[in-house]
Amino acid sequence: MLEISPLVFWIVSAVVVGSALAVVLSKNIVHSALFLVVSFIAVAGVYAILGVDYIAAVQILVYAGAIAIILVFGIMLTKRGDMKDSNLFSQYKYIGFLVSAAFLAVTVYMISLSDLPAVAGEMGSTVRLIAIDMFGDFVIPFEGAAILLLVAMVGAVMLARGGNKKQ
Amino acid sequence: MTGIGMEHFLILAALLFTIGFYGAVAKRNAIAVLMGVELMLNAVIINLVVFNRFLNPDAAMGFVFAIFVIVVAAAEVAIGLAIIIKIYRERLVTNVDNIDWLKW
Repeated sequence: MLEISPLVFWIVSAVVVGSALAVVLSKNIVHSALFLVVSFIAVAGVYAILGVDYIAAVQILVYAGAIAIILVFGIMLTKRGDMKDSNLFSQYKYIGFLVSAAFLAVTVYMISLSDLPAVAGEMGSTVRLIAIDMFGDFVIPFEGAAILLLVAMVGAVMLARGGNKKQ
Repeated sequence: MTGIGMEHFLILAALLFTIGFYGAVAKRNAIAVLMGVELMLNAVIINLVVFNRFLNPDAAMGFVFAIFVIVVAAAEVAIGLAIIIKIYRERLVTNVDNIDWLKW
């Protein structure tokens, strides 16, 4: 594994957290969607730092490529009028913040208590390992995932189009 | 990577999950709620990859699970947006405070 400077980790983490905060705090939902793309690409950078090349590529292709575009299409099909106040907070603004802060505090406390290994072991390319597992032990879930995607596609088309109007 | 251990990645994932949770709970627009759910799923995938990478680098089970989570996230966002578009077409709302017809 290449020796990566810790500075790279801090920069990528700052981009992840900062753009995720911008997604939540932005008042314009189109800006939220664009910051979501930035966040997804920065998360792919985290995988690249870890040396997991395949997941980084899948993250950029599926999340930044497909899911973000679907979300932008959803905004385009459901919004009209003024975009300025299209993404406001609901009545749970403060109590939601309290619950989130409490959750974060508990999680960070538990992580600081745990005895975790500090150094990652050596690892070659992940593609070979993933392929052996995916078409060996996990071949039935792999086919199930294919069926799930087909069902989701047909279901999304049926829901959005409205089914058979003659019935 | 001296000085960057496993707990740094776990705390990053916890931060991302918390921000996504706050977005999913406290936002008014249904599409913003979906964005929050996506951020939470991203944090979960980071956790899976980090645990696999640090604790068991010879196997790839965590990576395979990460790919399945990505598949389910793609299906979830497609169905969720189809439902939102359907509701918008029937009632002209995307505000989750107004979507309460299942309430008794």
